[in-house]
Amino acid sequence: MSTDFTIRDRTAVVGLGATPYVKRGQSAPQTLEELAAKAIIAAAADAGLDVPSIDGFAYFAGGFDTGYLMETLGIEEVGFSASLTGAGGGSAGAIGLASAAIVSGMAKTVVCVGAVQQTKLRYGAMPSSYAATAENSFYQSAGLVGPGHMFAMLARRHMHLYGTTREHFAEVAISTRKNAQSHPDALIRKPLTREDYFAAPMIADPHCLFDFCLETDGAVAVILTAAEGAQDLRQKPVLVNACAHGGARDWGRSIYWMNMPDETFASSGHASIARRLYAEADVGPEGIDTAQIYDHFSSQVIMQLEDYGFCAKGEGGPYVASGAIRLEGGVLPVNTDGGQLSGGYVWGMTHVREAVEQLRGTAHNQVEDARYALVTGGPSNIPVSGLILKGSA
Amino acid sequence: MTDKRIAKRPPDSLFQLVTDQWTEPFWDAAREKRLVCAQCSDCGHKRMPPTPFCPTCRSQRIDWIELPGGGVVYAYTIVERGTLPSMEDCLPYVPAVIEPDNGGGARLISNIVDSRVADIAVGARVDIVFDTLAKGALVPRFRLLGFGK
Repeated sequence: MSTDFTIRDRTAVVGLGATPYVKRGQSAPQTLEELAAKAIIAAAADAGLDVPSIDGFAYFAGGFDTGYLMETLGIEEVGFSASLTGAGGGSAGAIGLASAAIVSGMAKTVVCVGAVQQTKLRYGAMPSSYAATAENSFYQSAGLVGPGHMFAMLARRHMHLYGTTREHFAEVAISTRKNAQSHPDALIRKPLTREDYFAAPMIADPHCLFDFCLETDGAVAVILTAAEGAQDLRQKPVLVNACAHGGARDWGRSIYWMNMPDETFASSGHASIARRLYAEADVGPEGIDTAQIYDHFSSQVIMQLEDYGFCAKGEGGPYVASGAIRLEGGVLPVNTDGGQLSGGYVWGMTHVREAVEQLRGTAHNQVEDARYALVTGGPSNIPVSGLILKGSA
Repeated sequence: MTDKRIAKRPPDSLFQLVTDQWTEPFWDAAREKRLVCAQCSDCGHKRMPPTPFCPTCRSQRIDWIELPGGGVVYAYTIVERGTLPSMEDCLPYVPAVIEPDNGGGARLISNIVDSRVADIAVGARVDIVFDTLAKGALVPRFRLLGFGK
């Protein structure tokens, strides 16, 4: 047994479950916890495991009430119940948290679940619901009601520094929509042309309607176990090759702070995560076959492509304009399920789902011979996170 | 066709001022229509917003220095659509990140007001105005230099 402290290839995603993605509010009268539980039940069935065999929960963004989930799902005992702090930044990192639980022996069968239900509050206005605090008082007077207003500032700065244009944002929206068109679970599947894009209403300049992700309800769960023995379960295991969460102080509270140094301001805050992730993984950016990139905003896809080293800093716009992220003819097919821009938004968990399906070889828009998939967590306040999954031979 | 619209103000109702012992001097000064910045008494580092410790040397001693009130637009967005009903009468409004003069690069999240939307640009010079909000707080905002004069 290896003595180095690493999670590399020691755990595997063995089960995957999801509810349908529906337009914001339409999952009612189901409850949010019910959606999460449905995804967990589906993930256990997919793995060929009994629900009560789950003995750990790894969350992000605060997660759910584990006691309540155990009560309703009949889970007898857990040895691990923990969440990354922050918000959507931890969606990819929660998988690493599950791996840490398993590798350390605290739990054997750990579920990661994310669920969203926007009945009372839409996510597009989420920061307006945050408690008035001494820190929040420094941005709430400015009318920064939604993340879209905040990330528009970063997009503006990126345009100013590097000459990024709305044409570049349009290419992200259009290529992602093309992927959605051939994915049966994607919510928005009508074609999106360049003309449609530029005719769309501006919401928070330079972000127009199609630069924003969808506001949807739904849940996605994955179950992880030790890699050893995972091949005896129902599905082809997908190994956790590397996972990192955290981030640099230069990014910090990011959109709630706006004091990042100039080179970090117009970024996704993922540069330090990418360094740690690639150091841990088998591969660097050149070895990634498909990337599922947290696309709450089209501009942030461009900045993550830079931070993860697929192109140089500032060249994300020309990189996407070259067709690089297209499923057809691209060098790095991105958000092959239609992403959050056109497929569905479950706080980043849809990206985990799509990466697992790609590496099982069961994706609807299958990337041929995909072996390594990158998944990113949301560019947001720290922690941000990244994950490299690996198909088993 | 030139965009002749003037940047409005975001709805007051979204804001409730909360302070703690570290931020209170900033808002107290704002009530006197003064823009101040926290400067570490030991190493001189300037920080915005004010926090309990200097991130450079961990000192808790602060000098509140008064800034002249001018600044430069670092980034901005033009809010064209409301995501909440209270925003409808306030469109367009322009949240902006401002680098105040003499602030040592520390930035303030604010708004550009009373200015022609079409003239707003990264790097534009701005001057401070203080808005009195419905709940009594004064907040620093900015307008493009020379506008309306």
